Amino acid sequence: MSSLLEVRDLTVALAMDSGPREVITGTSLEISAGEAMGLVGESGSGKSMTAKAIARLLPDGAKVTGSVIFDGTDVLSLSGDALLKHRAEVAVVFQDPRAHINPVRRISDFMTESLRILDDVPRTEAVRKAAAALEEVGIDDPAKRLRQFPHELSGGMLQRVMIATALLSEPRLLLADECTTALDVTTQAEVMAILDDLRRDRGLSMLFITHDLELAGAVCDRTCVMYAGQIVETSVASRLHEDPLHPYSAALVQARPDITSTADRLVAIPGRPVSAFEAPSGCRFAPRCPHAQESCRAHEQILTGLDGGLVRCERATDLRGTLLDGAHV
Amino acid sequence: MLVATLLVASFAIYGALYLAPGSPIAALTGGRSVPPEVLAQLEERYHLNEPFLTRYWLWLTSALHGDLGESIPLHEQVSTLISQRIGVTISLVLLTSVIIIVVGVGLGIVGALGRGTVDTGVLFASTVSAALPAFAAAVILQFVFGVMLGWFPVLGTGDGFVDGLRHLTLPALALAATSVALVTRVTRTAVREELGREHVQTAISRGLPWSGVVQRHVLRNAAIPITTVVGITIASLIALAAIVETAFGLNGLGAYLVQAAQNKDFAVVQGISLVLVFAFVITNVVIDIAYALLDPRVTLGSRAQ
Repeated sequence: MSSLLEVRDLTVALAMDSGPREVITGTSLEISAGEAMGLVGESGSGKSMTAKAIARLLPDGAKVTGSVIFDGTDVLSLSGDALLKHRAEVAVVFQDPRAHINPVRRISDFMTESLRILDDVPRTEAVRKAAAALEEVGIDDPAKRLRQFPHELSGGMLQRVMIATALLSEPRLLLADECTTALDVTTQAEVMAILDDLRRDRGLSMLFITHDLELAGAVCDRTCVMYAGQIVETSVASRLHEDPLHPYSAALVQARPDITSTADRLVAIPGRPVSAFEAPSGCRFAPRCPHAQESCRAHEQILTGLDGGLVRCERATDLRGTLLDGAHV
Repeated sequence: MLVATLLVASFAIYGALYLAPGSPIAALTGGRSVPPEVLAQLEERYHLNEPFLTRYWLWLTSALHGDLGESIPLHEQVSTLISQRIGVTISLVLLTSVIIIVVGVGLGIVGALGRGTVDTGVLFASTVSAALPAFAAAVILQFVFGVMLGWFPVLGTGDGFVDGLRHLTLPALALAATSVALVTRVTRTAVREELGREHVQTAISRGLPWSGVVQRHVLRNAAIPITTVVGITIASLIALAAIVETAFGLNGLGAYLVQAAQNKDFAVVQGISLVLVFAFVITNVVIDIAYALLDPRVTLGSRAQ
């Protein structure tokens, strides 16, 4: 399988006032052409930072080691025009469209600016393309919407504009960073369906970042689970919420309330999520893990193959198949 | 709105002068004792014997017809006296505005975009400039560029455009000093803040060249707060011009206002004040219009979320 994107041993430290703080530790992942990869984890687990490293959008002063190879090119060493070209090939759909679209420019201006500036498409031609793209994401009367300003559109509408705009420049990889989190549930489902359809039509690769394991399962081929800056499990997306291999993935699955039964209390993972720089040595999840043993805390855990997936847990083989039994949480 | 502001301002000006100690008759007679019949004649002529509101009404209605009354000591029409001097003040304020916009906004952008030494330099320059009140700046500029270097004249208005510009350069710089610092600081902060916005990150993520991102997103959006500050600053220049005009011996409205107030020349003080208020109100209207043009979320007359 030829991979479009290959992230190897990526470690990122952000420059803080108090010194560098590690947010991602040794992350590796691969996305093939046309594949959708989910990236799941709690806030601060390093999901967004991984996406930012891939698109080269990390804040100034960030220290990055490891490698990011996109279609044979070493992304981390790019500069100048080559970097701009790389960013154009990797489209990002951000979480909050209202903050991420310039409020003082018209929708048409926002949608067509990269076509006009980067590809020298004449204005009328670019506007025509933008109108067609809006129709594709299910927006009626595109001509009117194009003339409007962002504050005149609803959140769901704006996120569709964002998606249409991202696809307009014909990218090869889509980074969707919690792109439905800011929307209400019905709009969320609509936007998700549109995104999924258009991506499949175009055979576009996607890195789909979300809190929602089941959503990832529905739209992705494979899913990575991140905890404290590390990938703790990679497996086929549809299987992850039925048969997780890592205790953390299992805890995430169990934390989701079941629609068919009534629960007195919602199940939560004890403790709080930690970032890479404050993680303990040994297994980073050990303090919150019901299955942790002495040896878990003593050794750095290694990502190993199991059952067609990858898991970073030395007890994974022992616990295989028992994680969702529910007796332990 | 505009009319209401002018009305309230005119009333305040008229009222303040009415309440101020001293009378124009005393200024006119120079403190000598005058026969009562002459006094009565003078009061009759200038309506000084009428009640306050009647006098205000008389003044207001004639002001609306362009007649601002007559200067008692000079026996000349106030409107003539004002029109002789208004050109100097307008030129001074315009030149100062250009300096404030070009230097202030320019330095602010340079400071915000260039980090490190450049930014520190801009901050230092703006701190020094902010600490210079117009009268101090006037003396320093006169001494350095007028007396020591002899590059610019230190007094007078000059003839013709080029000479006039030479005569106005130092006064405009003196008047601009504090405001330039303010505008620089505000511009720097506005641009910095805009640089950190999410929509700027979107633009960067789309592979747009840096210059395009700065022009189309950073500066375009930062222009909104900058316009507000520049507008208010320019409006306040109109009144501040008095100090600089006096220091540089310019025959402008500001200097004349001070002189007229000392001479108890009520009609002139009222007339000039009214013109200043009018200019201030007009400047604010222009700012409001600019604001609505720059920010689509603002509509004239109301503010939409």
